[in-house]
Amino acid sequence: MEELANLFQGFAIALQPFNIMVMVLGIVLGVVIGVLPGLGGANGVAILLPLTFSMPPTSAIIMLSCIYWGALFGGAITSILFNIPGEPWSVATTFDGYPMAQQGKAGEALTAAFTSSFVGALFAVVMITLVAPLVASFALRFGPAEKFAVYFLAFCSFVGLSKEPPFKTIAAMMMGFALAAVGLDSITGQLRLTFGFTEMLNGFDFLIAVIGLFGIGEILLTMEEGLSFRGGKAKINLRVVVQTWKELPAYWMTSLRSCLIGCWMGITPAGATPASFMSYGIAKRMSKKGNNFGKGEIEGVVAPETAAHAAGTAALLPMLSLGVPGSPTAAVLLGGLLIWGLQPGPMLFVEQKEFVWGLIASMYLGNLVGLIVVLTCVPIFAAILRIPFSIIAPLILVLCAIGAYSVHSSTFDVILMLVFGVIGYLLKKCNYPLAPLVLAIVLGDKAEEAFRQSLLGSQGSLGIFFSNALVSTIMILGLIALFWSVIQQGYTRLRGATA
Amino acid sequence: MTTGSSSSTGPAHRLVEAGITGLIALFGAVVIYGSVKAGINWGSEGPRAGFFPFYIGIFIVASSAINLWNGLREDNDALFAEWGQLRQVMSVVVPTAIYVGVMPFAGLYLASAVFIGWFMRWLGKYRWVTVLAVSLGMPIVTYFIFERWFLVPLPKGPVEEWLGL
Repeated sequence: MEELANLFQGFAIALQPFNIMVMVLGIVLGVVIGVLPGLGGANGVAILLPLTFSMPPTSAIIMLSCIYWGALFGGAITSILFNIPGEPWSVATTFDGYPMAQQGKAGEALTAAFTSSFVGALFAVVMITLVAPLVASFALRFGPAEKFAVYFLAFCSFVGLSKEPPFKTIAAMMMGFALAAVGLDSITGQLRLTFGFTEMLNGFDFLIAVIGLFGIGEILLTMEEGLSFRGGKAKINLRVVVQTWKELPAYWMTSLRSCLIGCWMGITPAGATPASFMSYGIAKRMSKKGNNFGKGEIEGVVAPETAAHAAGTAALLPMLSLGVPGSPTAAVLLGGLLIWGLQPGPMLFVEQKEFVWGLIASMYLGNLVGLIVVLTCVPIFAAILRIPFSIIAPLILVLCAIGAYSVHSSTFDVILMLVFGVIGYLLKKCNYPLAPLVLAIVLGDKAEEAFRQSLLGSQGSLGIFFSNALVSTIMILGLIALFWSVIQQGYTRLRGATA
Repeated sequence: MTTGSSSSTGPAHRLVEAGITGLIALFGAVVIYGSVKAGINWGSEGPRAGFFPFYIGIFIVASSAINLWNGLREDNDALFAEWGQLRQVMSVVVPTAIYVGVMPFAGLYLASAVFIGWFMRWLGKYRWVTVLAVSLGMPIVTYFIFERWFLVPLPKGPVEEWLGL
């Protein structure tokens, strides 16, 4: 019951006029970011992070998390109307959303997408409310070995669950760890890997990497593809909304399943994109109308949108309770916590009650505000996409440069951003995943610290990671995640042999 | 937007990928070298600074070797991108590089105005009125949002000094 009281206190904080204002501002900015190519959730939040330096931390996190919800909503608009996924997690929404728009049912598709997003997010927020405090209080007992095991599990899930080749995932991840290691070693105070360059004393800031890899890299990819926007008209009126809402409860089973898939994929750092694909795939297999999927079936919009939003929201659970972000955007938010002077991890729930519960309450309100904003303003947001790319592109590039500069007021960072951008373009073209790279830059120092402290305690023996039931369980889960695709293959082959 | 030239030739994907894998392996080797210099064994205070990155470097080199092997074994004649597409990409990279390089001297506002103007005029072929409106409007809006409302200082050059901002 203590949680309920805390939550109500959180609502009182989130409902302060200033916080409501930043909430609405965040949602609107987020939708714009989600609609525009080249500006995704992660780098959108990274660019706008400096704007929050002068705000109280609770208002700052409310604004940034609302940008994230807005971006999640915005991705659906371009997918359905223009067949262009504004975000990777809305690719699966194009499969049925765009055909629906072509059949003149854009309104229905958009309503279904927004409503499912809301349902998925709500499900995940309720789960966070109930589960996060428990996880946090449990995690308070973690020593360095357990902490390292959690990081190990998080990174192994990337290797096992991502659709990119496992060794490319490992290479990308390890590059992130290497970049994180550059500069001052936090334990011995010794300089390493700087090779005499003073610019590298403080290491690489992951915000610069995020803005470069995701922002500039994405622009370059868009330039190469040479986008042309041909899209349907966006019209939503109340009649269509009510009509669609009457239809939606019939898909409660798909919805519930997608919520569960989304929450699971969001907590393990697989993220929203695989969640939406998996949910779409399973819905296609289980649905009675499965053969119609891809031709404009409303269920094919419900499934990926619910899962993507549930995953995007659930990614904040490990970020808040363990200090391990479940997605690149959650990682940027975590970086924000550090900048505002808060220590992410289980102690947040003890020391920063107001912050944590204000954030959780704002997730309920933010998603509700988001639903209303997108339902009422779709035509305006769709109009943004009609602005030609040769105007949008330089503006986004300038925004990225401003964002990169203002992190440390350093023009060297802006150069670094461009370098990261070109690297991001090349890596993406060669099928290297960028999310594990970014998470490794964020968590590298902490993972290394936990690793070295554990070894210090055990005099260098790796046995410490299997020294008690808790740490062994997490490590074994990690190993299972690491070899998941191999296990799956073996299982199918075994079944094939016995059948 | 068109892709520029209509020729469908370009660098082979396999070659570019092999090159990038090689660069990643080189990066791993640099990490190993740097770690060894920082000390990879145990000191009086436990594992030394290069201990962790040393193994990271080993992982990078090893996984790159596997990636290189997998990439070359694959029978794939696909192009990395057409030359015309790469030209499009370079038409963004080169001006952005100049923009970024000039910023410390010219300040962000002037550099941004010229950059946006160049982009819209040469790539977008807009009328001068539109070009001027956007390229001057954006820095002005930026000034008010960042410097005035959110108190985030941005790099300034001689023009801002002359204007007394």
